[in-house]
Amino acid sequence: MPAIAETAPAIRPLGLGAHLRCLRGIMWREALRFLHQRGRFVSALVRPLVWLFIFAAGFRSVLGVSIIPPYETYVLYEVYIAPGLMAMIQLFAGMQSSLAMVYDREMGNMRILLMSPFPRWYLLTSKLLAGVAVSVLQVYAFLLIAWFWEVEPPLYGYLAVLPALILSGMMLGALGLLLSSLIRQLENFAGVMNFVIFPMFFASSALYPLWRVQESSVLLYDICRLNPFTYAVELIRFAFYGQLNGPALGVVAGCAALFLGLSVLAYDPGRGLLARRGGAE
Amino acid sequence: MQDRVKEQDRLDPAEAHRDDALSVESLSHAFGKRRVLHAVSLRVPPGRFCALLGLNGAGKTTLFSLITRLYNSRSGRIAVFGHDVRREPAQALRRLGVVFQNRTLDLELSISQNLAYHAALHGLAVGESQARAAAELSRARLEGRAGEKVRNLSGGQMRRVEIARALLHRPRLLLLDEPTVGLDIAARADILARVRALAREEGLGVLWATHLIDEIEDGDDVVVLHQGRVLQAGPVQEVIAAAGAPNLGAAFAKLTGLAGGTEARDAGDR
Repeated sequence: MPAIAETAPAIRPLGLGAHLRCLRGIMWREALRFLHQRGRFVSALVRPLVWLFIFAAGFRSVLGVSIIPPYETYVLYEVYIAPGLMAMIQLFAGMQSSLAMVYDREMGNMRILLMSPFPRWYLLTSKLLAGVAVSVLQVYAFLLIAWFWEVEPPLYGYLAVLPALILSGMMLGALGLLLSSLIRQLENFAGVMNFVIFPMFFASSALYPLWRVQESSVLLYDICRLNPFTYAVELIRFAFYGQLNGPALGVVAGCAALFLGLSVLAYDPGRGLLARRGGAE
Repeated sequence: MQDRVKEQDRLDPAEAHRDDALSVESLSHAFGKRRVLHAVSLRVPPGRFCALLGLNGAGKTTLFSLITRLYNSRSGRIAVFGHDVRREPAQALRRLGVVFQNRTLDLELSISQNLAYHAALHGLAVGESQARAAAELSRARLEGRAGEKVRNLSGGQMRRVEIARALLHRPRLLLLDEPTVGLDIAARADILARVRALAREEGLGVLWATHLIDEIEDGDDVVVLHQGRVLQAGPVQEVIAAAGAPNLGAAFAKLTGLAGGTEARDAGDR
């Protein structure tokens, strides 16, 4: 037995600094991956712009939006759907993170994350925050272009909307995390597109005000009101004009906490789905 | 920087005499109704190279998943230098370095970026992480290639990077799950020699999962795992003697009750 074997490890406790370094490392990796995938950035930007330039322009003359809070006057349809498109960017970003988690699990990369000595809830929250940071940057890039398309909120709106974007990004990202724990194979991800992204987006106030939806279908109106994405859109819409939508804030914060809590549970080494199914193999 | 590292190494001298590098006691696990591990017990002392020998499906990867706390076991206990993996996961995981069977490097990132990510996941400061990465890459004979994308490396080089990464946070126990799968003979020998040196010269406990008998030497410990059960464990010569066989290959065949056709049996007349 070599003498050196006597020098077993002596290790400092993981303090606040170490936790912050871990968070920074996870965010840095997410940013690097995003930069390496230029197609991802372009598609994240093109998607809402297509809606803004083509869909909204076409519907501009068909759909009139009457004066509803937070707007103080009649607004162009482009202006109305801009918050919905901002939320859409975050919805896709959240699902993209979910896809990346499933991919990492299949490729084995997730093991490196999960066997970090930091608590698993902390690792998942860090991963979530990293995804939120990327999605917020995407939203601001979209807003920069949208400004030239007459989406011109008051200047303070750009700042006021930031907390709303962070919170809605956390809710949608946490939903993505939760879904990633439920999806066993990458191939099943198409189902997420069909059963999560599209219904969430269309059955919300992103494209039409809820009073208009109610006029045409009470059932659809009720579905929209049960859809947390509706509240994310409204939270962003109000914040964009410097106003707070209390009920939307409550729903979005509550859903973010719920989805994150369920994700932590799903990834828990003792109770989670990985433990029961032997995932991350 | 070095002073800080040295100071860190002095902080808890009580641990210097702690138990085995790895201790697994009566570990059982099942996925649903399918039991994959049955009361598995084994130990790896510091400075020892221990081969976990078993065919595909023996339960090696599940055992590794439990040791690394990807999920918890249903019953039994795992301790790394006396730290229970379930009760003190941070203490246990910080002493543990792992090379998984499947490649776990991010192919889109460079070697240094992969190492920096791992260092961050262990809370290392940037300067410390860079110094350690440079030292480990030098030891892996990959100095000067830190900026290269992992995608451009050969299989053997990727394994060397993975070993460098596993050592970055200075673990005292190294787990390797069939690390030579898919490598040519030269790369296999190189990695095996590298890991043996870590055990011999630096006192790391090593658990090396394999189904290749020719990767095991006379001075090693061996644990024969078959269908989730430990059939025999101890120094190679003791296992051979206990099985009443002329060599390890024959001992494995006798213990498992299998004959002909598997790598674990064919690999040698050792």
